[in-house]
Order: sequence, then C-alpha cells, then structure tokens
Amino acid sequence: MSEALWALGRGTGVVALVMFTVTIVLGILGRSGRSVAGLGRFGVTEVHRTAALTGTTLVAVHVTSLFFDPYAQLRLVDVVFPFLGAYRPLWLGLGTLAVDLLLVVVTVSLLREKVGPRVFRTVHWATYALWPIALAHAVGNGTDRTSSWLLALAAACAGAVVVAVGWRLSPSYGERGWSRTPRRLPSWPSP
Amino acid sequence: MALTLTTQRLLAGLDHGPAPRLTAGGLVDLVEASGLTGRGGGGFPTARKIRSIGRRPVVVGNAMESEYLSRKDAVLLRTAPGLVLDGLEILASALRARRVLLAVGHRIDPGRVREEVAVRRSPVEVRHLAGGFVAGQESALVNRLDGRPGLPGDPLVPVRERGVDGRPTLVVNAETLAQLALLARYGADWFRSVGTSEDPGTFLVSLTGSTRDVVPHPGVVEVPRGTSLRDVLNGAGTPVQRARAVLVGGYHGTWLPMAALDAPLSRGGLAPYGATPGAGVLHVLDRRACPLRTSADVASYLARESAGQCGPCLNGLPRMADTLARLAVPGADPRLSAEVERLQALARGRGACAHPDGTAHFVASSMRVFAGHVEAHLRGECHALGGAA
Amino acid sequence: MSRGARRLHVDWTRCDGHGSCAELLPELLALDDWGFPVSRTGERDPEVPAVLERHARRAQKACPLLALRLIPAVTRAP
Repeated sequence: MSEALWALGRGTGVVALVMFTVTIVLGILGRSGRSVAGLGRFGVTEVHRTAALTGTTLVAVHVTSLFFDPYAQLRLVDVVFPFLGAYRPLWLGLGTLAVDLLLVVVTVSLLREKVGPRVFRTVHWATYALWPIALAHAVGNGTDRTSSWLLALAAACAGAVVVAVGWRLSPSYGERGWSRTPRRLPSWPSP
Repeated sequence: MALTLTTQRLLAGLDHGPAPRLTAGGLVDLVEASGLTGRGGGGFPTARKIRSIGRRPVVVGNAMESEYLSRKDAVLLRTAPGLVLDGLEILASALRARRVLLAVGHRIDPGRVREEVAVRRSPVEVRHLAGGFVAGQESALVNRLDGRPGLPGDPLVPVRERGVDGRPTLVVNAETLAQLALLARYGADWFRSVGTSEDPGTFLVSLTGSTRDVVPHPGVVEVPRGTSLRDVLNGAGTPVQRARAVLVGGYHGTWLPMAALDAPLSRGGLAPYGATPGAGVLHVLDRRACPLRTSADVASYLARESAGQCGPCLNGLPRMADTLARLAVPGADPRLSAEVERLQALARGRGACAHPDGTAHFVASSMRVFAGHVEAHLRGECHALGGAA
Repeated sequence: MSRGARRLHVDWTRCDGHGSCAELLPELLALDDWGFPVSRTGERDPEVPAVLERHARRAQKACPLLALRLIPAVTRAP
C-alpha cells in the first residue's frame, strides 16, 4: 500500500510539473497576443487555465497520497510550513513553499473579477518564482535523483521555460504582435 | 470690444450683493423653470444633472479651459470670480456637499479667485491644474483631483455615482455656475427674458479668427442665445466676405459655411447644421486659408492630445489626421477620401471618453462642408489664395 | 428588447487589444487595424441576442485583462 501511495505521489508530482511548465509557456504565449494554429488566442488562454487547474489538482493528490504514505513522513504542518520536514527537509521545504504560493495564485486567479486586474496581475508575477521552486523541489525530492528519465524531463521543462522567457524579454515580443503605439497605462487601473 | 448686440450679465461687472441660499428642492425647481443648460460643451439640462446627484455629493467647478480656442473661463475668473464662487456655494449649501472644489486650468491665473475665496472665507478649494485638451473631461478631472493620473475613467460608472473620494460628484462648468449665481438672485423669468424659448439666457462666445484680417478683435463677448452668427461677426467687425467658414463650438464642433450665416446660435437654431453652441467658440476661417490644411492641422493637434489610454484613439486619431493631411496636398490619391471616411467612422464610440467621437465629428464636418474643396484637391487644384494661413 | 437581455461592454481603460473576444464572438465583434475590438452592430455596447449569450460569457471570461462586462440592456437615463 505504501508503495502504491508513493508511486501515486511521485506520478502526480511529475505530471504536475509538466502541467505547470505548459501553463507558464502558454501564459507567455498568451500575453504575446499571438494566435496558435488550432487554438487561436482564446484557446491559448483557456488551455493555460486548464493546465494550471489540472496541475493544482494533481498537486492536491500528490500531497494527500504522500501524507498517507508512512514512508514520506509528512506531517500536517509540513503541508503549509516549509523546511520543518523529516525527509530531505530542504527540498521538501521548497515543495511546501511552492504549495503555499500555488494556493495564493490560484485563489486570487479564481477571484480575479472580485479583486480587480491590478491585484490579479501583481499576484500573478509570483508564478515566475513558483515554477523554479517547484522544479527544484521535483529534482531535489524525486527519489532517484540520479534517475535519468526525471532529469531529462526536468531539463526539457527547463529548456521550454528558458526559451519562452527569453522570447518574453526580447524586443520582437512586441505589442501583442500588432504594429501599434503602446498605450499609456494608468498606474491605477479601474477597480 | 465694440459689439452692439451684447447683453451684459456675467460680464457686467456689477456688485450683485450676497448670494441667496436655496433648499435642494427650491434650487431644482428654479433651475428647471429657467431652462439653463450646461455651458461647458455638453449642453446638458442643468436641472436634470442636479436632480440626479446622490446624497452629500462633492461639487466641482470646471474652469479647466481645456478647449484650446476658448478664453471664457479665464475672462470669468478675472472679471467675475465672485459669480463662479457664488454658483459653487449655492450648489454646495443646497445639496449639503461634503466638499466643494474649483479646478482652474494652467492657462488661467488663479490669483483673483484665490483672493476672493480668502476674502469671503469660502469653503471652495481652488486647485490649479496642468493638463491638455482632455484634462477637463469630467472623469479625467475627478481622477486628477483624487491624486491619480488625469486619465478618463470607464463611463459605465459615471462620476455622478462615484467620483472624488469615491463620492457622487457633480461637475459643473464655470460659466454655468456664474449663470446660476445670477439666476438664483433674479429668478427664472428674468433669466428667460433674453435668448430663445428652447434655449434661454446668454452665453459667452470666444471669438477668434485664423488671421487678424478676418477677426480684427478676437476676444470674449456675452450674447443672448439665438443671436445670429452674422450679427455676432458684424458686431465684432468681421468682414464676412473674407471668411470661408466658421467653426462653431470648439475643436470638436462643426463648420458652418457662409451660406449659414443667419443661423441662430442656439441649440435649436444650430441643430439643422449638425452643430451645437458647444463651449461657445466661434473660429472664423480666412478665405485665403486652405480649409483642408487647417482641418488637418486641427486633427493633428487633437490626435496629439489623446490621453493615450485607449487603443482606438491613440492609434486611430493619428492615422486619421495623417490621412487628412495627405488629402490636403493637391493632387492627392482619390482613395484617401474614402479612407478618411472609414477612419472617422472607426473612431466613434470606442474609447473611455468622447475625444475620438468629437474628433471624428470634426473631421466628418470638414469633409462635408469642404467637399467641393476636396474635389478640387483631387483634381490637383487648391482654390485657397495663398495656401496655409 | 426582451427583459434580461444583455449588452457587451468594453472597458477601454483596460482593453489592450488581445483579441480573444473577437475570436469567440465573431458575430458581434471584429478587430480593427490595430487589433482592438469593433462592434459590428454599430452600437457602442452591442446587444447580445439570447442565442449568443453563452458565447458572450465565454468571451468575457477569456479576456486576460478583465476588460469585458455583460451589462443589462436597459440602462437608466441620467
């Protein structure tokens, strides 16, 4: 039983990492206003959200199954407070930190109409911290740290995000792909 | 300036004594009976505006003079600041306002009105604000007064519901306030004794010309509503045979060709020409000026004055002005005409404020009134003598 | 105009011409030369017919800048 829970825990963790990688890449693609064949612009946004929520659900299963697995030695406090764990406390702590950030980001995102675009956008910036922390936790806590498949997957995810962020910072990223004058944005968008 | 058909009320320079205090109900009834409409450009019935404002509002006097060709707010605050303050205080006491402010534009010296505030220990807070063409727009002004950038807000939540300090806010033009100050003393019948029945009272006209020849004495005069354009121009010594057209209202206004000289300057009198008295600007275009060149220059100015917040305005107005400028060169591509038409239609109803709409209206008016000139340009000719003026 | 009918309102202080709305509601919205939405009906806030209401909601949710609102079709006069 413990092995099954451990497998479920690892499996959901790995897939969640892939989901969040897809999320962040599509988020950057969406912000660019570029259309993707077969998805359009709206599809990029919708898949971005679906991947995020799927990843979040997988993380919930990941935490729950490891909580019930005696081998993981996870206490309730470890789910919320980082770096107090018994098994590899540093890497586990990063996982806890990622869960904390994820909770805030997802809650604010689901309530975005209530909190308004300014709060929503500010909190969303935290995803640029969330993803690397989640990646570090995955690599640090994935039991066979030397197992090549997990390292290869992590490298692929990292590569995708590095390329996306590189594009994000490049001048060709532009005004959502249109030739237009940049808007003068108020520092206080409408509440 | 010598003008025979003026009725001096606001500009009479008389001491009218202390302003009366009115109840909210009394105020609304009085203003309703008078038929007073806003003198800031919108021409909205003032009674309706006052009646619809919420409890304990903030009252803001708008003396921003953001209409480029207007000088009336400056003249009022120099010669009759007391009347503007009276109007604010009457509104503030009747509506039990929480705060009352007077926003004064950067082209106006607030010295005199500040003195007057001090002398009468008025609760009016005078704020001297920088800003361009859009700065006097009411939601932009409210944002500015609240310490935020002066960008227009989404009209879905109008300032009369949520404005300064998040309170219902009543924004009233300085001239309207001065009219109200006299109306409260002398009554609705007195107010209606000049002007027309559908548009009573007087209004301040800022008369300018594209050259000194066509308007030798530019300035501000007070005339009854319904006075004909011809009478105002004659009274100012304008040689009408030297004029090609008159821009009525302001830069968001409408051109009136010389054939329309007898149009009464009232809402009803100007409506058949698609025009309104607006902010009281009358700008006479010298016959020697190319009207398309002039219109293109105005459109260019308006494009530069975009607050830059809304995509359709920020991008659409410069393209429209640019296209009009190219049409203003004789021998232009005939397709430019249709392109101007397309761009002005595209600018309407898209943006947080009416700046793109007003600019589109002006451009459409130019294309319509100067259609003959457009045709000449497409043939490679320009009938103006001496090019740009 | 039916009771409960809605209009689609663009908050221009937020809109940055992302364009998902025009993809999801092409009957009512097109994009202009710079990628900003244009109402096809000529109205400032186009009325949403009942058959399109579902699509209008999807368009509203898809806007990354929360620039779209569905408002009651009957607005009170000032």
